[in-house]
Amino acid sequence: MAMRRGRPAGTLQFKDVGTHDGPLLVVDDVHTSFRTARGTVKAVDGVSFEVNEGKTLGIVGESGSGKTVLSRSIMGLLPPRDVIRSGTVHFAGHDMTAMEDKELRQVWGAELSMIFQDPMTALNPVKRIGDQICESLRLHLDMDKKEANSTAVELLRSVGIPSPEDRVRWYPFQLSGGMRQRVMIAIALACAPRLVMADEPTTGLDVTVQAQILDLLADLQRERHMAVILVTHDLGVVASRADDIIVMYAGRVVERAPTRTLFSDTKMPYTQALMDSIPRLADPSGARLHAIGGRPPDLINPPDGCRFAPRCPYAQDKCRESDPPLRTVGSPDHLFACWFPLVDGKSTAPSVPVSLSTAPSTAPAAGAPDPDPTAEADA
Amino acid sequence: MPDDRELLDTNSSTRMLGNRIPGTAATDEAILDMQQHEPVDPNGEPLKKRPFGFLFWFAIGFVGLVLFSAILANVLPLQNPNFGNYSALNQPPSGSHLLGTDDLGRDLLARLVFGARVSLIVGFLGVIIGLVFGGTAGLISGYRGGRIDIALNAGSFIILAFPAIVAVIAIVTFWGASLFHITIILGVATIPLMYRVIRASSLSFAQRDFVIAAKTMGATDTRIVLREILPNVIPVTVTFSLITVAGLIVIEGTLAFLGLSVALPTPSWGNLINEGTANGALSSNPYIMLWPAMAMFLLLWSINLIGDRLRQRFDIREGLL
Repeated sequence: MAMRRGRPAGTLQFKDVGTHDGPLLVVDDVHTSFRTARGTVKAVDGVSFEVNEGKTLGIVGESGSGKTVLSRSIMGLLPPRDVIRSGTVHFAGHDMTAMEDKELRQVWGAELSMIFQDPMTALNPVKRIGDQICESLRLHLDMDKKEANSTAVELLRSVGIPSPEDRVRWYPFQLSGGMRQRVMIAIALACAPRLVMADEPTTGLDVTVQAQILDLLADLQRERHMAVILVTHDLGVVASRADDIIVMYAGRVVERAPTRTLFSDTKMPYTQALMDSIPRLADPSGARLHAIGGRPPDLINPPDGCRFAPRCPYAQDKCRESDPPLRTVGSPDHLFACWFPLVDGKSTAPSVPVSLSTAPSTAPAAGAPDPDPTAEADA
Repeated sequence: MPDDRELLDTNSSTRMLGNRIPGTAATDEAILDMQQHEPVDPNGEPLKKRPFGFLFWFAIGFVGLVLFSAILANVLPLQNPNFGNYSALNQPPSGSHLLGTDDLGRDLLARLVFGARVSLIVGFLGVIIGLVFGGTAGLISGYRGGRIDIALNAGSFIILAFPAIVAVIAIVTFWGASLFHITIILGVATIPLMYRVIRASSLSFAQRDFVIAAKTMGATDTRIVLREILPNVIPVTVTFSLITVAGLIVIEGTLAFLGLSVALPTPSWGNLINEGTANGALSSNPYIMLWPAMAMFLLLWSINLIGDRLRQRFDIREGLL
């Protein structure tokens, strides 16, 4: 068995680079495409961002916006075949894209770990949860069986699983979904990583459990001073938990800002549309949900110009012709990709019939005819 | 349910972080208990497991008896299976010959027990050969995919495309019929079967999140195959192996019946049946054929039943139903 105990001498010693200054994770111009029979799918198209030590970054976007591919690209977990990738990912100053599998295995789990979306499938059904936690402890921290086991019990206790001394010997099928996600978190945090990638960690859970799991994650993050990347399709999930938010659309970052700024000073119509699509308790009963009309564009042949233009209620000719760059106005940490950014929730586009936020009932809603005559993108 | 409340109370005193999340433990505990429909003993293990039933233990007993007597045949107080007592031809079962004698006066019990050796060796050793080679190839193929998979897959089809019985007849004709040759040939014929089953099963697990999760925790490929995929593949492998053991025993019997297995006078169940049906023996002394046929039937039935019950017990989906 090719199990490696401890770290072989002469290789990367990640725990020693704590003095590294600058952001913990630097993602620079990452492109990931998949070769398919129909053509090349540009799933992630030039994404850059940084995450600082101990901070939370939310990555938000609808299905198919490239969130998951992005998180797998950062982890280096893409399938070996039919993938074209470029760009760099620096973790604590080391270029992960240049690492061999052998080096990556020392980073994975120990420094950088991942919480998966579906706790039903991300736990091995035939192994006791204790053993699943122990594996990485023994692998990375060189613990013996007894030591690992008692650490596993403590970990289960810290994620709020009652009577952990007994539960370590349980199998995943004996646990509920929320409990399994807690176990997943315990596994991911076992070796005290510095960055945790949580890919839709609560999507498979119901709303009450969702909140518990996110609170738990936030508590543990504070305790252990970890950075967290929270990938989700739900702005509501990241709203109160992320320090910064990245909004993705069609494989690109369309807006990036500190959370407070993003909500108070939304620049990108897509972000606004996402916010409007969160149902509000104050809405009268029977009110229609605000869906974004149309579908995300075909990533094999993305539309010219702004990729959101075909669905954007404010789209102008310029939007359909040229691609808006990611830029700032005023505040340097608020980036957005829009030719006519919103100001106080109102579009700055020259000829717009109504503003989304002032008259939401006339916004393009599900089933309602799309006011934008060019909304023909969803081929 | 007073038990549950008790459990919760003891928990809340020992919990550290759970207290900070109101309702958490209680909710999950309730969900847990609802899911299980089962009492939980102080060790946290579910108490009830579906019993295997009488038939299963009967089958285990029979297979055990056959294995035991075949292994210890030399030690057991049996008569010489090849010694013909000409003063006791075609005897029905009696005190001196428990299962009677054949037309040459040989003790049928001794021949049955020694014959079991051939059947069991061919059956189990053949499957072990298939498992070692086919199983390893199947795990690699299912996990790695790509060119290795294509190559191994093609290889398995080439072996599968060979009609096994014809191949056996040809090889036995050239090499001669010995137990060793028969086992090797049938073992090789088993490799692609094992390969296909294990490949299909590991392929379905190789794509699961828990494999990727293991990878993100820094596990090597070898470790993932052995520690993550293999345990999931084992239940189906055990069941399929047992069925294949039964299949190989039948094939060996068929070959022996055709006179293509181990040479006489060495007994095997197949050539015992052959003897029992030759030269009108079936009507003059049906016992010669009856015992090995019954033993083979019972053994195959037992092995299949054991395989099936084990699958039911260890199948994840059926585990708690």
